[in-house]
Amino acid sequence: MKNMSNKLASNLRHAGVWAGVWFATAAQAVNDLPGGPSVRQLNLPEPATKIAAAQNSLHWMMLILCTVIFIGVFSVMFYSIWKHRKSKGHKAANFHESVTVEVVWTVIPFIIVILMALPATKLVVAQKDTSNADLTIKVTGYQWKWGYDYLKGEGEGIGFISTLDPAQRVMSNAGKPQGDDFLFRVDNPLVVPVGKKIRIITTAEDVIHAFAVPQFGIKQDAIPGFVRDTWFRAERTGDFYGQCQELCGKEHAYMPIHVKVLSAQDYSQWVDGEKKKMAAKADDPAKVWTQADLMARGEKVYAANCVACHQASGKGAGTIKPIDGAAVALDADKTRMIAVLLNGQANGTMPAWKQLSDTEIAAVITFAKNSWSNKTGQVVQPAEVKTARK
Amino acid sequence: MSAVLDHHGDHAHDDHHHAPTGWRRWVFATNHKDIGTLYLLFAFTMLMIGGVLALLIRAELFQPGLQVVNPELFNQLTTMHGLIMVFGAIMPAFVGFANWMIPLQIGASDMAFARMNNFSFWLMIPAALMLAGSFFMPGGAPAAGWTLYAPLTLQMGPSMDAGIFAMHILGASSIMGSINIIVTILNMRAPGMTLMKMPMFAWTWLITAYLLIAVMPVLAGAITMTLTDRHFGTSFFNPAGGGDPIMYQHIFWFFGHPEVYIMILPAFGIISQVVPAFARKKLFGYASMVYATSSIAILSFIVWAHHMFTTGMPVTGQLFFMYATMLIAVPTAVKIFNWIATMWRGSMTFETPMLFAVGFIFVFTMGGFTGLIPAIAPIDTQLQDTYYIVAHFHYVLVAGSLFAMFSGFYYWAPKWTGVMYSETRGKIHFWWSLISFNITFFPMHFLGLAGMPRRYADYPMQFADFNAVASVGGFFFGFAQVYFFLFIVLPMMRGQGEKAPQRPWEGAEGLEWEVPSPAPFHTFENPPKLDATATKVIG
Repeated sequence: MKNMSNKLASNLRHAGVWAGVWFATAAQAVNDLPGGPSVRQLNLPEPATKIAAAQNSLHWMMLILCTVIFIGVFSVMFYSIWKHRKSKGHKAANFHESVTVEVVWTVIPFIIVILMALPATKLVVAQKDTSNADLTIKVTGYQWKWGYDYLKGEGEGIGFISTLDPAQRVMSNAGKPQGDDFLFRVDNPLVVPVGKKIRIITTAEDVIHAFAVPQFGIKQDAIPGFVRDTWFRAERTGDFYGQCQELCGKEHAYMPIHVKVLSAQDYSQWVDGEKKKMAAKADDPAKVWTQADLMARGEKVYAANCVACHQASGKGAGTIKPIDGAAVALDADKTRMIAVLLNGQANGTMPAWKQLSDTEIAAVITFAKNSWSNKTGQVVQPAEVKTARK
Repeated sequence: MSAVLDHHGDHAHDDHHHAPTGWRRWVFATNHKDIGTLYLLFAFTMLMIGGVLALLIRAELFQPGLQVVNPELFNQLTTMHGLIMVFGAIMPAFVGFANWMIPLQIGASDMAFARMNNFSFWLMIPAALMLAGSFFMPGGAPAAGWTLYAPLTLQMGPSMDAGIFAMHILGASSIMGSINIIVTILNMRAPGMTLMKMPMFAWTWLITAYLLIAVMPVLAGAITMTLTDRHFGTSFFNPAGGGDPIMYQHIFWFFGHPEVYIMILPAFGIISQVVPAFARKKLFGYASMVYATSSIAILSFIVWAHHMFTTGMPVTGQLFFMYATMLIAVPTAVKIFNWIATMWRGSMTFETPMLFAVGFIFVFTMGGFTGLIPAIAPIDTQLQDTYYIVAHFHYVLVAGSLFAMFSGFYYWAPKWTGVMYSETRGKIHFWWSLISFNITFFPMHFLGLAGMPRRYADYPMQFADFNAVASVGGFFFGFAQVYFFLFIVLPMMRGQGEKAPQRPWEGAEGLEWEVPSPAPFHTFENPPKLDATATKVIG
């Protein structure tokens, strides 16, 4: 069956290519993205895990069975349409009941669906078996980025945020997309070792997101307040891509997933490098900063986290409130704005940003209090944020 | 029963002399035929509004990159397209068919509760205005998807409240309509019309009405809890207060899955009337059709969580909902087989109603199979929330419900208007719709299998070509419906065209063909005497 299905697939692909030549629009040239979608892809992606491979063959089985039944049933209908028409002088028969026939065509579909569901049962169980993982990673969905925290296994303690490359968002807005990895390019991909069982724990900070990588055959909703899990074991190294699959607000289309699968050795190297970077980067929350330094740092934090909603102008849009001229930004009481950043506001329309470091929050508040028409001259130090956290 | 009918007959007689004219005829309408017309026109208006929203979506998705709308507006468009089509177009359209046809089919003088009938129609107008008007509220229309998943709904602007209120009103209207239909069918059938002699359309609507009464309050509960979460500090679904967003999904889909059948069972009824009429042969397996419809209705209550396979259900949950879902394929298959057996060795002609009926069977079955595939939980892991699902439910709701309604329109409109439609134009409408429908939605299967998520304002470049094809098809499909209104519906409403005989279809059976065309304002004022099959009036 596998041979047959491969052949079918390649025939279909050829047909697709020819059709594609026909209707190729003025769109820019684009190539297949290895580990992501192919141009005019017709079927499930090439699997990179055993689970995905099993899903593929299950899908082929279903597709073939359904097609055969479909053709069978409708050749009867079209034969009847062809032969039993008034214009051909066919006289209507008079039968309209048969218990035997009814029983037969109730029982046969019943048996068929049971046969279809049986092989799926094993796979449901396999997909759910998240025990004995080599590496456990917590994936947190934020509006609109992914947070990855390595909880257990090699690399424990590493944690970072993965955001869409801002240039991609600009291209999207301009209506001029480019590149094979358009909307897939992120700053920090999730890095995992090949051949190891990776358990993914999902949760979310604000609304429901869904973590999905088609080539691994995984899709798991990330639900705020709840913890769910799934797993994969990548069979080969390389880059693999997915996208958020549950509507999560306006930037839903702009929070891709990029998983980099490395060999065991490369992975260990990456972990070492990451640990060193973390040690070097850790900001001392006790450090006292100058306003200029905080402003420079704050501008970066703003660009990475705030600009999607509040805009570069600080004026917001739609339901998003402006910061420019906002009472909370101009208020002499700095703790008010710190509280908004730490706890969020308006039912999470303004999400909580407590995952940012004290220094980052201090910097972005200082930036907001002294940008656009806001000229408070106030400086917020990391220590003040640290106090407010408690 | 006879007392009720007599009393009613007197009233109808009374009305006859004071039949209101002008705008009063419509605003104070109590006649089932007038209210049916109002429902159908309302539904078509909403179909056009929902269609314009769909075309804006397709225009944006014609090419990768944002060209037409921004992502905020895009999410509003997808949400409102869904809500308007489901609650504004498909459901009211079927109620319109029920109003027109059920009293005629069962030999009743009118609906049981004529004034409630009026109220349930006019309730929909403020609801529709509120829904459509939400685009102009601060922050724009609701943008949380038609499923209104929490906690995203908690972030929406004030239009969300307008939307919730509108849905409450539409739900109340549906419940009133259902009560009316149930009471009419159970109490006002002409003597001799036993339940098992009733036309299939009346049967499917009877079952649908029970489904509606069972699940509309569930939806009302879910959105009321959303409302109190938004404004009154409760935390039913708000995780920040210990609420459970997945509970919302369970409640919503406990409504939502029966809702799917609410939108398709009356379509089955229409097809079960049209196919025998044009095959000139009685419906094969009438009793098994009734049982199959009932089984589908009952099973629809135990499959809801197949919409939620990726929320992380336990193994046993996934297996139960997978098996239960696949079970629905059995009664559905029985229906398809019965229709084909009805055609088998018939004496078929292919006027437009039959074309749409055969088109329905063919394309709806494709939608059935593409539902069977994601019913397999591990395959759904790949397909959930992708364009495959979008393709699937448009195959069952557009090629299913909408095509069946077109079939029913061409079949019964001569009775409504007293004139025949132009057969050529009907055929153009059919082929134009069928082809452009498939151009629009077939490529979406490929997009979904390749992993394109639904509700995306922008997408990777690899998905560009199929999206372009779908958009072009979508515009053609939209224009086909404008053509339908301007060149088929309007001329008929103006009475232009060949005069329709009392029974325009040679093989058509049933009491609706026992009254003149157009059907007079009042029909069956006295209970008709029926023959043994309850399809003919014998004095």
